[in-house]
Amino acid sequence: MKPFDYFEPQSIDEALSLLKKLRGEAKVLAGGTDLLVQMKQRNIAPKYLVNIKGIPGLDRIRYSEKEGLTIGSLATIADLEDSLIIRERYPILHTAARELGTQQVRNVATVGGNLCNASPAAETAPALIALGASAKIVSRSKEKVVKLEDFFTGPGETVLKTGEMLVEIYVPKLASNSKGVYFKHAFRKKLETAIVGIAVLANFNGKGESFKDIRIVLGAVAPTPKRALRAEEIARGKRMDESLLEEVAFLSSEESNPITDVRATAEYRREMVKVFVKRAIKEMMNL
Amino acid sequence: MKHQIRLNVNGADYDLLVEPRKTLLDVIRNDLGLIGTKKGCNTGECGACTVIMDGKAVNACLVLAVQVKEKKIMTIEGLAESEKLHPLQEAFIHHGAIQCGYCTPGMIMSAKALLDKKPNPEEGEIKEAIAGNLCRCTGYLSIIEAIKSAAKTERSV
Repeated sequence: MKPFDYFEPQSIDEALSLLKKLRGEAKVLAGGTDLLVQMKQRNIAPKYLVNIKGIPGLDRIRYSEKEGLTIGSLATIADLEDSLIIRERYPILHTAARELGTQQVRNVATVGGNLCNASPAAETAPALIALGASAKIVSRSKEKVVKLEDFFTGPGETVLKTGEMLVEIYVPKLASNSKGVYFKHAFRKKLETAIVGIAVLANFNGKGESFKDIRIVLGAVAPTPKRALRAEEIARGKRMDESLLEEVAFLSSEESNPITDVRATAEYRREMVKVFVKRAIKEMMNL
Repeated sequence: MKHQIRLNVNGADYDLLVEPRKTLLDVIRNDLGLIGTKKGCNTGECGACTVIMDGKAVNACLVLAVQVKEKKIMTIEGLAESEKLHPLQEAFIHHGAIQCGYCTPGMIMSAKALLDKKPNPEEGEIKEAIAGNLCRCTGYLSIIEAIKSAAKTERSV
């Protein structure tokens, strides 16, 4: 890695002033499992690193019946994986966390880092978007809450401006009779970037036969993780049957916009969106 | 600009002056002379550099030395108690789980981190724990057997 200067702010305020002062030549360091790799491969060479892991209070996972789930941006992926709250109440997020990297990576990587690094294949993004998550962003002068589905603006890009920091992720309390599934399709079982990542979350009517609401989120098949809005619309309020399933899967695939890269061709990815949306919905119906 | 740091490795404290860009891997190998931990891919994908940091397996190549602070680091050198090998080391030898030996320190540290948390792991849990440690020689079966066997030995003590 090229040399850099290193800072360890002890508070959010200190971190924000530093980031503002260093005017875009600084990168935030949390887990470092993406950042340091990029720096070692000389894709980027920031002059300054601001290590925010020392800031207290940003790594907690809290749940209340009233407010739902609050995840500090510095919570590690292992924290998400080990959290009983998440395993019991938001199993789709538990599954997504387990799919990320390896144990060694999960032990240091943070959920905030996964989101702010904004890979189109970010492992936690589809599940969190399906759960209706929002991001709390702070700057010295204000704080704002942005829906996670609006957080990503391009590959590696988010709405975060210089001098702003992601501090918390909110996940609302799930409506009763909700079920969700996350499928990651990749060549190897572990230690792989997704070729396609599909998160489906649905809220069923009383008898569990039709969808009151449904969210279908596609990962790794567009410049950003994205909801398949047209597919969701035709499924909403309907009873799932084979022909609706085909249509939903087809529309989801139409709404994807994958590229051809070393892992797969665009054609294959579009096909896999269909396959995995179908599988995810079927799996969810059987839960 | 170099930073003054104190690292606790295998129970001992070391005071060092390091550049921020030096990883924990660089420092333990080059500054502390603990060459048991290996540099493989240097990008967190092979696990050869796995050490235990505050009880958790981590890739030392992805941790900056300046980030470590008071966290306790254990490397492969910290496993044996003077002449007596750790049950994991014994089991690896006994089960032929070591061929070229390059993945071994990292593999054992991942296994140790697992057994410290789950003394009676199922095969699936063992596989998950070593999923981040690549081995080109053994085909992993002997490694999994060794870990199962070491777990049993430790439980019987």
